[in-house]
Amino acid sequence: MKLLKCIVRPNALEQVKEGLSALGIMGMTVSEVKGFGRQKGHKEVYRGAEYNIDFTPKLKIEVVVGDSIAARAIDAIKEAANTGNIGDGKVFVLPVEDVVRIRTGETGEAAI
Amino acid sequence: MRIPLNWSPRSWLLLMGALPILAALFYPQPVMASEGLDSGDTAWMLTATALVLFMTIPGLSLFYGGLVRAKNVLSVLMQCFALTCVMTLVWVFWGYSLAFDTSGMEAGVVNLSSFVGGFGKAFLAGVGIEALTGTVPETVFVTFQMTFAIITPALIAGAFAERMKFSAMMLFMILWSTAVYAPICHMTWSGDGAYFWDKGILDFAGGTVVHINAGIAALVAALVIGKRRGYPGIIPPHSLVITVIGASMLWVGWFGFNAGSALAANGAAGMAMLVTQIATATAAVTWMLVEWLQHGKPSVLGVVTGAVAGLVAITPASGSVGPMGALAIGVVSGVACFWGATSLKHKLGYDDSLDAFGVHGVGGIVGALMTGAFAAESLGGQGLAEGMTIASQLWAQLVGVVITILYAGIVSFVLLKIVDSVIGLRVAEDDEERGLDISLHNEQGYYSEV
Repeated sequence: MKLLKCIVRPNALEQVKEGLSALGIMGMTVSEVKGFGRQKGHKEVYRGAEYNIDFTPKLKIEVVVGDSIAARAIDAIKEAANTGNIGDGKVFVLPVEDVVRIRTGETGEAAI
Repeated sequence: MRIPLNWSPRSWLLLMGALPILAALFYPQPVMASEGLDSGDTAWMLTATALVLFMTIPGLSLFYGGLVRAKNVLSVLMQCFALTCVMTLVWVFWGYSLAFDTSGMEAGVVNLSSFVGGFGKAFLAGVGIEALTGTVPETVFVTFQMTFAIITPALIAGAFAERMKFSAMMLFMILWSTAVYAPICHMTWSGDGAYFWDKGILDFAGGTVVHINAGIAALVAALVIGKRRGYPGIIPPHSLVITVIGASMLWVGWFGFNAGSALAANGAAGMAMLVTQIATATAAVTWMLVEWLQHGKPSVLGVVTGAVAGLVAITPASGSVGPMGALAIGVVSGVACFWGATSLKHKLGYDDSLDAFGVHGVGGIVGALMTGAFAAESLGGQGLAEGMTIASQLWAQLVGVVITILYAGIVSFVLLKIVDSVIGLRVAEDDEERGLDISLHNEQGYYSEV
């Protein structure tokens, strides 16, 4: 099993969700985050006090998938979140040791 | 006249019932209040009082509240609300008396009563239901002036926001209201024999009494208490939405502040309202343009701060200038307060968190001085007092400004030092880090699960 930790633009959420559900991947966790890579930040000014803000709002989408479907899931995410501009984001692929469904106690891929 | 003895009791009763009604129709009822009371003036002043209270709660509360970080929003609301309550009591106990008791005062005579009132009206002695101040009940005058005594300390809070102890603030304000606000108020407004009044210093609604007073105390407080941790750094307002709502309330309420200072529903009040609107709008547009030129974009915070700057500057002038004077005051205060809240503050490095000095101090000084010139008929004003020229009026205004700056500055400093030595002014470092809402009040402004 793999954990896909995706950092994407906020307005990419709907398309990523659709792309994944087309593959049968129905669950995910989303958080609002701030980050930067190569994308430039922005300037804010309050009564003459200038602040250069490096961090840009992004969304972090975390989804655990079975090994067999991982590659296709990553492709779907790439396609959904790609605009061609700097700041499109990244997908981090991490190995998952185990998954437990809290309600039933199931483990492993059956619990995804 | 023969009494009709053959009438039935019912007929007599009918007649007795009809007589008062006939009397009421043909003979006008006597006025139910004492001679001199004008119900139009009174109705307006009752309304103006409510408007000025609204300026503090929630106008200023929201204006300031939105400018601080979320972890400190309640501390600002608490300061404004608690000050409203405590200053009410101070005013009732001795504040009104020290400000407006006129015993011993004589036109042209300089004695102790020229600087501060006695205790003749302490606990509002003599302020009964029939008592009058001019054409309105004294009760209304007491409450109206009370709302001024409430907002002035609340303005100062802008300078030490996000780092002052609540207890220290309350103690300081009780002392300050007594030792600084009441005397300056007395000198300016208590009538013949008052030091500023006799000099012909013009301050219609509180440019000196409220704004320079609070502005200078704010500057001193910011210097004494020191900068916020992390200043100068990234400390942006947590909600400009709230700030704009507060600023809007201040604008509307200010009609009570300025037009209400006419103490009557008359032409003076009407003109005060008009010039207030003109100066405010002009100052806001001026600030917006200056900022647009300097930073490339106009900002919401800029336009509302500009408006407040205009409101401050027109305050002393609202009883004596005309529309063109208001225009001039708007332009100058827009520029001056922009400079005061941006360049001046950043150059000198003091942390006047919410620009209490930059806007109220600078704006009050600009307004007080320009009043001297634009009161003149030649500049569209209502006309200078007999024997005054523009030069002599300007000089009088300058005298008032300088004395207020010196007095408010020195006494505020002394009071702050006293409070600091007794209970300490500033919160501990980790309390400041955690936020005053939790540290001082055990509350969160915006609850979150995590």
